[in-house]
Amino acid sequence: MEYTPTELMVCEAARQLRDGEVVFVGIGLPNLACNLARRRHAPNLVLIYESGAVGALPVRLPISIGDPALVTNSASVCSMYDVFAHYLQGGRIDVGFLGGAQIDRWGNINTTVVGDYAHPGVRLPGSGGACEIAILAKKVFVIAPQSVRAFPERVDFVTSPGHVTPRGTRQALAMPGAGPALVITDLGCYEFRDGEMVLTSLHPGATMSAVKRTLGWDVRVAAELVATCAPSADELRLIREDLDPGHLYI
Amino acid sequence: MSDPRQGDKVMPMAEAVRRFVRDGQLVVIEGFTHLISFAAAHEIIRQGRRDLVLCRLTPDLVYDQMIAAGCARKVVFSWAGNPGAGPLYGFRRAVERAIPRAIEIEEYSHYGMVARFAAGAARLPFFPLRDYQGSDLPAVNPEIRSVTCPFTGERLAAVPAIHPDVAIVHVQRADQLGNAHVWGLMGVQKEAAFAARSVVVVAEEIVAEEVIRADPNRTLIPGLVVDAVVEEPFGCHPSYAQGYYDRDNAFYVQWRDISKDAASLNAWLDEWVHGVASRAEYVTRMGARLARLRARQQFCGPVNYGF
Repeated sequence: MEYTPTELMVCEAARQLRDGEVVFVGIGLPNLACNLARRRHAPNLVLIYESGAVGALPVRLPISIGDPALVTNSASVCSMYDVFAHYLQGGRIDVGFLGGAQIDRWGNINTTVVGDYAHPGVRLPGSGGACEIAILAKKVFVIAPQSVRAFPERVDFVTSPGHVTPRGTRQALAMPGAGPALVITDLGCYEFRDGEMVLTSLHPGATMSAVKRTLGWDVRVAAELVATCAPSADELRLIREDLDPGHLYI
Repeated sequence: MSDPRQGDKVMPMAEAVRRFVRDGQLVVIEGFTHLISFAAAHEIIRQGRRDLVLCRLTPDLVYDQMIAAGCARKVVFSWAGNPGAGPLYGFRRAVERAIPRAIEIEEYSHYGMVARFAAGAARLPFFPLRDYQGSDLPAVNPEIRSVTCPFTGERLAAVPAIHPDVAIVHVQRADQLGNAHVWGLMGVQKEAAFAARSVVVVAEEIVAEEVIRADPNRTLIPGLVVDAVVEEPFGCHPSYAQGYYDRDNAFYVQWRDISKDAASLNAWLDEWVHGVASRAEYVTRMGARLARLRARQQFCGPVNYGF
């Protein structure tokens, strides 16, 4: 069955979630991945949105992080103070999803500016909750398509710290969470070894030369490199017919 | 029973803005995606307020419009995008090219902003949080500092309290004293209201005090912190009010094109803000577009408050 790189990214992110985990969900692909996992192998996944919806069961695709469909039939709706202080800082979040305009070799993420902060080339939206998700969630999954611009060796601005920042390592900086565990791109999956992104899985049809061409440094490749499984017919049906019938994100 | 729409605090939006929003003030219109008072923002634009420091987590379209209208000299925020639809072009034009005027920015993360409101509401000078280590945000915002815990010796991030001159919060219903029921997403409305020197509550409907007292757990903001109560049905459009009307997601997407250049944004302001006398006229002119957004019914069961 034919599929797009975006559909594969959603499927691969969904497969990495374990039943019963508590996930801090973002809009777009993370939302699709979490709801796909919930429909398949992880019915007890707890979806928390930064807007305050806890245990959300959205019946329509949320267009914004504060969609009213996140509230209807959720387990709890709380203030944003509760979300950040009690849930996130309180150590209740197993997985946080992040994306970004730039992601670097060490898992640092930039959603603030391209270029100099005072004289930006492109002014991006900023942190939102990303900085504290990166610091406090037990682990972080990153989803982003690969390009040289999106994956430089060093980000222009560290909005959300990864494993090794210009100010030191996570351990030296006493961050409670373990940081980025996984980066899923349109070409492969990466894990972190010694704080550095390492290619561990190559998607069907992707080549090593394409991988190397679209990263800003000479990436390490795991000795046990595997091939990513293609999406199944059932995964694709759920994504296309149930989760994103208007094909907004896929 | 007396008319719930009467009372010292109940007033039209034009009067609330005239009395409680002045040039140069620190103004907060809160509401996280939900319950954003566009009605108040548009009245502030119509009355030509200038040099405001506009503070909220997500500037959203509401501050994009106020910035484009020239109301702001500074924006304090944590995420400046058009949610689900792209960048905020009005904000970016002001930051990148000083159109219609240069604005300062002061930038936090969401938790930092929430913590600033929490400290302000509790009249503490700052709020400690486990955040910002390894991030470049403290390097570009000297207000993000650190503090050593006097008990454990740990270093924690610290952000200063914020005390808005006025907080404007939209709610589903309030009584004439300003006791306000909110359900659905609550954002930082409560903290913003308690942190502010004056509070304007804008309600979809003003109801009898008995309606509020029948369900006191739902009162997010008590009348004792409220200075003005304004009734403004559909006052959040294109934002939404749970149980009243849905978010106008199509408008957020349209705003991308409307706001892309200053001329078309200004034309929109001329038609929909300067070109109407009040929110009521905006609602009438929007007509069927708003009717289509009306919420379906899904009531919860009552609870027993007896003893």
